[in-house]
Amino acid sequence: MDTRVEKKKLSLRERYHLMTRGLGWEPTYQPTEKVFPFTAYEGIKIHDWDKWEDPFRLTMDAYWKYQGEKEKKLYAVIDAFAQNNGFLSLTDARYLNAIKIFIQGVTPLEYYAHRGFAFAGRHFRGEGLRVACQMQSLDELRHTQTELHSISVYNKFFNGFHNPLHWFDRVWYLSVPKSFFEDANSSGPFEFLTAISFSFEYVLTNLLFVPFMSGAAYNGDLSTVTFGFSAQSDESRHMTLGIECIKFMLEQDPDNVPIVQRWIDKWFWRGYRVLTLVGMMMDYMLPKRVMSWREAWEIYGEQNGGALFQDLGRYGIREPAGFRDACDGKDHISHQAWLTFYTYDPVAAFHTWVPSDAELDWLSAKYPESFDRYYRPRLLYLREQQAAGTPVANKNLPLLCNVCQIPMFFTEPGDPRRICYRESVYEGERYHFCSDHCKSIFDHEPEKYVQSWLPVHQIYQGNCFKPGTDPTAPGFDPIKAVLDYYEINNGRDNLWYDNSEDRRNFEAWTAEARGN
Amino acid sequence: MSNVFIALQDTDEARPIIEAILADNPQSQLTHSPAMVKIDVPNRLVIRRERIEEITGLPFDLQRIHVNLISLSGHIEEDDDQFVLSWKR
Amino acid sequence: MSIDLKTREIKPLRHTYTHVARLIGGDKPATRYQETLGAQPSANFHYRPTWDLEHDLFDPSRSKIRMDQWDDLRDPRQFYYATWTMARARQFEAVETNFAFVESHGMLAALPEKIREEALVVLTPLRHVAWGDNMNNSQICATAYGAAFTAPAMLYAMDQLGIAQLLTRFALTLGEAAELERGRDAWLRDPTWQPLRRLLEDSFVITDPLELFVVQDVALDGLLYPLIYEGFVQDKLVPAGGAAVGLLTAFMSEWHEETVRWIDAVLRKLASFSSENATTLSGWAQASIARAKEALAPVAARALGEKAPAVLGDAAESLQRRLAKAGLSV
Repeated sequence: MDTRVEKKKLSLRERYHLMTRGLGWEPTYQPTEKVFPFTAYEGIKIHDWDKWEDPFRLTMDAYWKYQGEKEKKLYAVIDAFAQNNGFLSLTDARYLNAIKIFIQGVTPLEYYAHRGFAFAGRHFRGEGLRVACQMQSLDELRHTQTELHSISVYNKFFNGFHNPLHWFDRVWYLSVPKSFFEDANSSGPFEFLTAISFSFEYVLTNLLFVPFMSGAAYNGDLSTVTFGFSAQSDESRHMTLGIECIKFMLEQDPDNVPIVQRWIDKWFWRGYRVLTLVGMMMDYMLPKRVMSWREAWEIYGEQNGGALFQDLGRYGIREPAGFRDACDGKDHISHQAWLTFYTYDPVAAFHTWVPSDAELDWLSAKYPESFDRYYRPRLLYLREQQAAGTPVANKNLPLLCNVCQIPMFFTEPGDPRRICYRESVYEGERYHFCSDHCKSIFDHEPEKYVQSWLPVHQIYQGNCFKPGTDPTAPGFDPIKAVLDYYEINNGRDNLWYDNSEDRRNFEAWTAEARGN
Repeated sequence: MSNVFIALQDTDEARPIIEAILADNPQSQLTHSPAMVKIDVPNRLVIRRERIEEITGLPFDLQRIHVNLISLSGHIEEDDDQFVLSWKR
Repeated sequence: MSIDLKTREIKPLRHTYTHVARLIGGDKPATRYQETLGAQPSANFHYRPTWDLEHDLFDPSRSKIRMDQWDDLRDPRQFYYATWTMARARQFEAVETNFAFVESHGMLAALPEKIREEALVVLTPLRHVAWGDNMNNSQICATAYGAAFTAPAMLYAMDQLGIAQLLTRFALTLGEAAELERGRDAWLRDPTWQPLRRLLEDSFVITDPLELFVVQDVALDGLLYPLIYEGFVQDKLVPAGGAAVGLLTAFMSEWHEETVRWIDAVLRKLASFSSENATTLSGWAQASIARAKEALAPVAARALGEKAPAVLGDAAESLQRRLAKAGLSV
């Protein structure tokens, strides 16, 4: 028989503390530095892990409950889309090239994030932070798997989707996102959080998500839209982790401020460079356009970013070193990128084309400072050559920036007629960069960046042929041999849209769908 | 003074949450996009469990917001009774 | 009357991704589980991790164990994020129902004081064991090779967090927040728990992710779950009036039974790949089972009194038989 005193009701915060903070302990049978070997080597000082404020207080049972519901809803829509040949409702098949960029260049990054957050989820001291990282690791696994699944329907009917992981590890333009995320995963846990949780998932996230997801909504891609909204709610948790982490580091010790500032400078710039592909996608690949890269940059980069760095000013943080140059680039980078990809379409696993007159006019209207002066004439030239049966294809391979690994087509801030070249010499070797900011990233950690696997260098060194390839054999075609190594189906995955199988099929299938 | 915002899916399930936000935050600005509702409020946005329960007539676990959430901004404070987004820490 | 719905049939160009087709024996429709295989980047890494300059970012040589195709380590449960999450959500609905039932049907008041006390003393410190388990499985996910093996490791880690939180809730239901302090104190200071805590802390510094898998998932969990949830809760407490304890911890046995299928499938695949693997795994298993048995002995004694050696012995023999079926010699 038991008369129990009425139990004190615990608040959400108290209960959550007991559910997470109380679980860990200070090891005594092994030295703490052996159990947590990576907490100090980056120079970040944390004095009081108790000051960490859990942004969301989800216990595992709540996580499973709500995520389970989200999954049910999501898969129902994806499956309905697939079963009903939903792709027939796309505006036109050019749109799919945006999704090819996504599956090739973004989905593998979700996988990297999954593994990186598993690492962070083990190696931080604070239990609350570890749990948040681990939940993020799960979320990123979710994103990887749902993206592969929702895009699998396109893989069945169109080219350029079938070998994303193989391409990601080899193909020249994909070393841009690959090197970006590997730079983060190969850094210590504090830098990893600054790079991904803060810079990528807080500062820059809208510049990735809004273009792709709105692009999907505007172009009849129900599958991607649904995935996008479902994933964004996970992103809310990720964003709050990012901002909480930055503030925690800055509040713990003033010595952390210069380290964090340098990371913010580096990761803002690396992230901005990766977004070149997104800018190009928004301005050129969406039959029904959402907004221009310039507009997206002004809203999400300048306005939102401006407000954020105002807020962080009280810790002694200033806006990222490359911010002004990024603003300068808003009128140029998407066009410069598209022009380059067009001329390299024979070795890319997606299609490009010259925009129609109506599309050229849209670009003129959105880019009054730059388009008609610097870019329209070049696109018209490409169109002329394509119509003559001699499409402009660059048979040489471009110099890549050693850090961002993008071909060196970026121009000097303030002068779009001059390519921007920078260089550094390190241990007797010369390294090339697209900007002051990539150079500065290299100069701070040269021993890291000299390791880069630059796709163009690797091709020239003969490392991009399948085993057994003989470059001395008569009639050897290096481009065909590289495409073979890439496993790009020559004539199907690559080359321009107008003569593509994608276009022929899409037009035939939709004609059939609408006719009798 | 900056806005905080919350973006929710435009579904039946989210409707009571949206109504509750509009009822308790008089300075709300609502924007509709395909499949999404965004609510901006200067400085501070509060979602009260009691208000949602008044609207639906059923008990409501505030953490359910996660199911229909798309995005948000600001610092979060949550307890069993309310969910607050604000710019002051 | 049958209804024959016609949807337009357009012949696909291919059935699945090339990287998936290679893993499932050709281009055919892939299940959602199969679609998750081969997702890990595997070549041409750019920078060595500053936290491990001896290895690439993803590097099979972090382990002594060798495989040609790490994505052959399939999960017989075929869990991918969606099915795992939905399964756990369903299971925790049942947990919720059980807690509500126990609380509203006077089962707590009816719990004999002796049973309540024993349950709290034995089970509460296990929330720290579960936390250590979570740490180790996060580490396995972070450093092992291939999506097929590392994804289930992360699911395992989060299952352990769920168990740790369930044990926390259990203690708060049978007692007050002070019980958690008592359990923590025992974990840190009581001689009963020190060998187990030492074992766990020693595991935190193991760098070979497959060795860690054997130490934690195979050996420790392989003994701990049968000992505590069958030997102690089911066979001792429940018949003595502790049905409430059985109800509130039912998830743990269910989880263990399900997870063993994954563990054994992985071991079988690894052991059958090469005799070196089988030898290495057997050596690790033998040593870690012996050590886990020793570390659990005082806990078993506290839980089962004089029955402890027999029950623990049985659990060890059971585990050895399980592993023999998977191709290990222990």
